[in-house]
Amino acid sequence: MLRSGVYADSVKLMQVSRDIGARDGVSAVLVAMATPLNLELAAGMGLAPDEDASPEQLLIAIRADDAEVLAAAESAVDAALAARERSTGTAAAVPQRTIGAGLDDLPPDTPALAIISVPGPYAVAEAADAIAAGRSVLVFSDGVPVEHEVALKHAAHAAGVLVMGPDCGTAIVSGVALGFANVVRPGPVGLVAASGTGAQQISCLLDMAGVGVSHVLGVGGRDLSEAVGGLATLDALAALDADPATERVLLVSKPPAPSVAAAVAAAADELTVPVRSAVLSPETPDLTAAVEALLTDMGMDVPTWPSRPGPAESAVPGATLKGLYSGGTLADETMLLAAPALGDIRSNTPLKPELALGDDLFAAGHVVIDFGDDALTVGRAHPMIDPTLRLEAIAAVAAGNEPAVLLLDVVLGYGADPDPAAALEPALTAAREAAEFPLPVVVALIGTEGDPQGWSRQADALEAAGAAVFASNAAATRYALDLLGASK
Amino acid sequence: MTLGGLLTGPPAVVAAGVDVFSDALRTQGAEVHDVDWRPPGFGSAEDIAALALDPRRASANRAAVERILAAGSQLVDVRPASEVIGLRDRMLLHSGPPLTWETASGPMRGALIAACLFEEWATDVEDAERILAAGEITLDPCHHHRTVGPMAGVTSPSMWMWCLKDPVNGGQAFCNLNEGLGKVLRMGAFNDEVITRLRWMRDVLGPILSKAVRGSIDAGNDPIDVKAILAQMLQMGDEGHNRNRAGSLMALRELSPSIVAVDAPSSDIAEVLRFIGGNEHFYLNLGMPTAKLAMDAARGVPGSSLVTVMARNGTEFGIQTAGTGDRWFTGPAQTPVGLYLGDYGPDDANPDIGDSAIMETYGVGGFSMAAAPAIVRFVGGTVPDALATTERMYQLTLAENPAMAIPIMGFRGSPTGIDVLKVARTGWLPQINTGMAGRIAGTGQVGAGLVQPPQECFEKALVALAEAARTA
Repeated sequence: MLRSGVYADSVKLMQVSRDIGARDGVSAVLVAMATPLNLELAAGMGLAPDEDASPEQLLIAIRADDAEVLAAAESAVDAALAARERSTGTAAAVPQRTIGAGLDDLPPDTPALAIISVPGPYAVAEAADAIAAGRSVLVFSDGVPVEHEVALKHAAHAAGVLVMGPDCGTAIVSGVALGFANVVRPGPVGLVAASGTGAQQISCLLDMAGVGVSHVLGVGGRDLSEAVGGLATLDALAALDADPATERVLLVSKPPAPSVAAAVAAAADELTVPVRSAVLSPETPDLTAAVEALLTDMGMDVPTWPSRPGPAESAVPGATLKGLYSGGTLADETMLLAAPALGDIRSNTPLKPELALGDDLFAAGHVVIDFGDDALTVGRAHPMIDPTLRLEAIAAVAAGNEPAVLLLDVVLGYGADPDPAAALEPALTAAREAAEFPLPVVVALIGTEGDPQGWSRQADALEAAGAAVFASNAAATRYALDLLGASK
Repeated sequence: MTLGGLLTGPPAVVAAGVDVFSDALRTQGAEVHDVDWRPPGFGSAEDIAALALDPRRASANRAAVERILAAGSQLVDVRPASEVIGLRDRMLLHSGPPLTWETASGPMRGALIAACLFEEWATDVEDAERILAAGEITLDPCHHHRTVGPMAGVTSPSMWMWCLKDPVNGGQAFCNLNEGLGKVLRMGAFNDEVITRLRWMRDVLGPILSKAVRGSIDAGNDPIDVKAILAQMLQMGDEGHNRNRAGSLMALRELSPSIVAVDAPSSDIAEVLRFIGGNEHFYLNLGMPTAKLAMDAARGVPGSSLVTVMARNGTEFGIQTAGTGDRWFTGPAQTPVGLYLGDYGPDDANPDIGDSAIMETYGVGGFSMAAAPAIVRFVGGTVPDALATTERMYQLTLAENPAMAIPIMGFRGSPTGIDVLKVARTGWLPQINTGMAGRIAGTGQVGAGLVQPPQECFEKALVALAEAARTA
């Protein structure tokens, strides 16, 4: 049949044809303007109109099984042609899949950075996006190949931006805490940190002494290695030198490669801003001492660092140190401080390769375990979030027949367990009850009162579980050595 | 400024990965944008890293994009293929990557048969099939001759070609004349109607267009700016691939005065004008070489991961990249999803065919779907779908082409320059608008719709680009 005075565009008509053709009992449909081409199509389908057609007319050709189906199909055509589409002028939401797409939408003159915590092998493409966009980037991901790190840091240097990481867990930029970081006051001290928990220890002690930080720029644990050569450390130092808010700089790191340490020291000497080292070594094993020296530089009094003495008890003679850490740098500091008094300390991250623990974390003798080491975080969250492995280790120490002093760190702040004492308290209480020998517990509680968990609230709970609590890891370690009767 | 101004104030954060950190930032009142990161759609982590870290990539892609954006397109001549691209006797060009008669699909075979009949190399269909099967006819891709052809793209020596020139980069590109819709060679039809029309195009349309274009230039007029027409089309509801209505009328407007001035029988002039005016895809064969000019300008940029060609031959889909020269990366052509003419259905449609995906390669067509909401209805979509498609394509591309502004996107430029690395990382494939040919030789057009390349093309290109990056 032909209709006059009806027009619909060809796409609409093809849709109508398709919909009507899908009805039961309808075997062929052509709803189209009666152009010569369409009339030919209709003829090919055996549906040519009986009358002469002109292109302005609408051709409705339907083959149906019976008259009833035909009539229904006809009215369906009318209804479809009359139907109004719901029109909206906005796009369905399109997710941004890459850092590049996300940064594209930011105004160019706002300070901004990218944070990447995707699986390590894929982090490099996201980080490269940020560098290409002229933005600094914090790479939390671990498992990034070192050659990727070097290439990224060279590219970042050329682009005038900073790569924090990989495996960088801690940074504070203009008061914004990124990753695992504590709530500390703003102030004049800038930190360059190849160590996350080291930076947390230092920024928390500074806060307790009434001194704030301008920025904490993490550079990743490998930055001061021979392979990476301190690329990000040098760029971060230069940036803090140029930053008006930064009056002094503290450089914190696990023991670095000696050649890199020398190069960084030489570069630091060239800067206007005074740079003090809190780089751990057998000669300088104490982060708290570095903070105290900085306070003295600034003409400030060194406060008495907060602590809770715990119950008066001592270990059985011959007891061993069992250090169960979530922070790698804190574990290093403990080993460096304790080794002169205790001798060999075995570890999964040992000071000397021959002291490496094998598969058995519960070896006899003095042991310090870093539960945050990559090998122990495969397939599980960092121990600052997931305490399971460490709680098992506490129970194992209690169940062993070796008298011991238990030394733990508990790290507070953003990103960490919202109430770490809640899990530790019953575990410690149970361990102390289960142990055949007295089991003194010493905790280095790294945090501030401003942290979401609150230093005092956590200290109260840990003290109630029978632990001695210290804001300084060095102080906690020395107390543990006292209990072992090994202090110098 | 140091670190790009990072230390000047509380930074906004763009985060990819676990949301713990973003939550902590929000509790601090920081501005946080989480991207919806996913593992790459394809490609090994090693290859993606090799490309991401290739120090040549950023500047190479920038150079390639600059050439594309700068490229112009002028209509400088209309001449037979035998003259302009040296197409010799018994040689035919076809769309897409290389293929043989044995691997050719129905519509490709139909078009090759039609060309043999048109050139009178064969007396009938059986004869044409015989000489094609015997290898007596040399087949070569259009793209190997600075040429593009819609659908089967079959181009024979006596077909007239649009001759376009890029005044900026100096390139040339060619395309035959569009035959209209329905039973046409490019859709694989070869009946008398097809051959008769091709002869008329050879004997009447081509010579008149040639005289019109040359006459206008000889009279001191500027050549027709074909790129400018494409830019205007996007303001008028066309996307330049499946919808060329405004462009075809504008081309007619530009050409008409010169056509009328040609010394030819008025009945021929009238027939030429009627033919052009009645063909909504007349402009497509001008738009395609315009895109080809721009994409050819980006060829041969070592280190660039930009796609210079997407083309299909009805059997395979092939792509080329700026960093890998003339090498094809192919995979099986997919069958478009769309709407069908008459009572044709999905079983009647041939897999994807034609060089016209050069439009998407250039950033129009499916990439500028938002400019032509009418097109999205080919798959029963909506206007928001059209906008979302273009939004998605921005994440696959390296630049926005300011010359090709899309009104509804706030006049953002069309998403231009597909990056193989971005395709891999997003896992999204380019969106192509296309016509559909019948799978049986001789059928002609059966519909139109949307299609994507096979991922395989991009997988292979990624591997090759990564290899090139490692050895650079």
